[in-house]
Amino acid sequence: MALLEIEGLDVRFRTTNGLFPAVEDANLSVDKGEVLAIVGESGSGKSVSMLATMGLLPWTAEVSADKMAFDGQDLRQLTSRQRRKIVGGEMSMIFQEPMSSLNPCFTVGTQIDEMLRQHLGGSRKERKERALDLLAQVGIPDPKKRIGAYPHQLSGGMSQRVMIAMAISCNPRLLIADEPTTALDVTIQAQILDLLLELQQDTGMALILITHDMGVVAETAQQVIVQYAGRQVERQEVKALFAHPRHPYTEALLSALPERAGDQARLPTIPGVVPGQLNRPSGCLFNPRCRYATEHCRQVEPKALADDPARTLCHYPL
Amino acid sequence: MTGDAVIHAVNLTRHYRIKTRPLAAPAIVKALNEASFDLYPGQTLAVVGESGCGKSTLARVLTMIEPPTSGQLTINGQRVELKEGEPPPKDLRREVQIIFQNPYGSLNPRKTVTAMLEEPLKLNRPELSAEQRRQAALDMIERVGLRPEHADRYPHMFSGGQRQRIAIARALMLNPKILVLDEPVSALDLSIQAQILNLLADLQDEFGLAYVFISHDLSVVRRIADDVIVMYFGQPVETGPASEVFTQPRHPYTQALFSATPVADPTRRKERVRLKGEPPSPLSPPPGCPFAPRCFKATEECIQGDPPLESVNPQVKVACIHVEKAAV
Repeated sequence: MALLEIEGLDVRFRTTNGLFPAVEDANLSVDKGEVLAIVGESGSGKSVSMLATMGLLPWTAEVSADKMAFDGQDLRQLTSRQRRKIVGGEMSMIFQEPMSSLNPCFTVGTQIDEMLRQHLGGSRKERKERALDLLAQVGIPDPKKRIGAYPHQLSGGMSQRVMIAMAISCNPRLLIADEPTTALDVTIQAQILDLLLELQQDTGMALILITHDMGVVAETAQQVIVQYAGRQVERQEVKALFAHPRHPYTEALLSALPERAGDQARLPTIPGVVPGQLNRPSGCLFNPRCRYATEHCRQVEPKALADDPARTLCHYPL
Repeated sequence: MTGDAVIHAVNLTRHYRIKTRPLAAPAIVKALNEASFDLYPGQTLAVVGESGCGKSTLARVLTMIEPPTSGQLTINGQRVELKEGEPPPKDLRREVQIIFQNPYGSLNPRKTVTAMLEEPLKLNRPELSAEQRRQAALDMIERVGLRPEHADRYPHMFSGGQRQRIAIARALMLNPKILVLDEPVSALDLSIQAQILNLLADLQDEFGLAYVFISHDLSVVRRIADDVIVMYFGQPVETGPASEVFTQPRHPYTQALFSATPVADPTRRKERVRLKGEPPSPLSPPPGCPFAPRCFKATEECIQGDPPLESVNPQVKVACIHVEKAAV
């Protein structure tokens, strides 16, 4: 049994124009010690599916799933009190913008302490020691001084380290990192990715990495799920994905990378844009932008074949 | 190299005075230090570095939003003499246009596309009739890959990629020779990024534009740049043709930057050159070479003095005492 198992997850948002399906039929399973990347462009529903797992979506969201289990516990049946025990403790999340995810009114120490008090308890002195350990563990120089710092006194990289310290404070078994390095410079990004992978290897936790950066995927992930417009279009082991993408969207996305274009005068592009709420095409969601699309694609929605390990959402997988 | 340089910059420097405490003497922040380069028509100069390295200050100086504290700037053969707070001469201002990173913030939400495109014409080409202006705007809309029905829409009705096309169209309305592109594709999705890069390449071929392309994304820079300036802490640390700098980075910072950039190829996972720490605060610069505190090659000598930018070969210049220089 995998650590986190999700089958048939649907998330719809109630909007003035009716229900908007942000995520449809998402499936994933991740086991301890695994690094899974979910990759996609903006609006592909990669964050929403993980927020749904954490139970952090607003009331306008309708979440339904055939299965949603963390360590055998059914996440759909939990009361909010039970959920709070798991979320932040055994299952933890890091967000994209470190600057705006920290509370500007409280010191870093107070914010880490809140996690420890909620989930682990212990005396004030023990908690403070643990907080200092955590800051040292995520590579913050001079933790004794920084524990009293307010978020505005820290750089982006340092804030993200504090977020990571908070997220791992209760020794989670699953860490979800939502674009953890997008707001950071490349040399700092490299430091943060190294830190996350080190922590993942030391503690054996599972890591789900949400990103839009194919470079980050290639350098960190073991398994990759590609999402497009709320649907998972394929999933593969990382080397196989980059060598033999099965879905035309993945293939097009990879060939649009400047470093893969070689000497061609112009980059291969994907025409058009990701469909929004009001212009969802019939049939396959990718068909207006797909260079292999046929009449069949325009009319019939593809289904993943049961015997396809990549679960490619395409009538004509490559 | 075709013709004369459209930008000739010698030792461009821009310092800011910043009040740190009441009554204290203002601190000087050296945002840009001695940047020199030549830019030719049809060429792309990429300026690479991390936040706070002075890339955007360079953009502000080149677009004459701010005068340099010292150094010479010659645009289109004409020496720029700016005074603090004075607008630049109109004829020069027309030659240099800028495109910003965030197309959500750089377009006026209360103006239609044509109104935005016509505005520069109203100010600079008063001889044109309203009809001619509108026609020019419509032509440009088509040229940047938008459709005629987009002409009377407002910015909120467009996606990020389309907005960036509008920003490009607006910049081109006065037929400038130089475009300063400040991270033009970093706010865009990958599939849209390729479309905009291709558009920029097409426009460069068609109009012979010179680009100053400011970016932190090395895979993009490698693709489009002719020349590269790598900056750190306000200073150029390595300059040269892109082919040279990318195949053989010499400055330790350039090497670290390249090695930190993730490569989209899982079979090439590599050991990174690890950089410790973060860039220093501009209010308390470290002694000597500003990169020395994070540098893996740093020695005692490095904190003795700031290394000058010296030629390694006729094309490449590096500011590091540990890189072998050309024989004088």
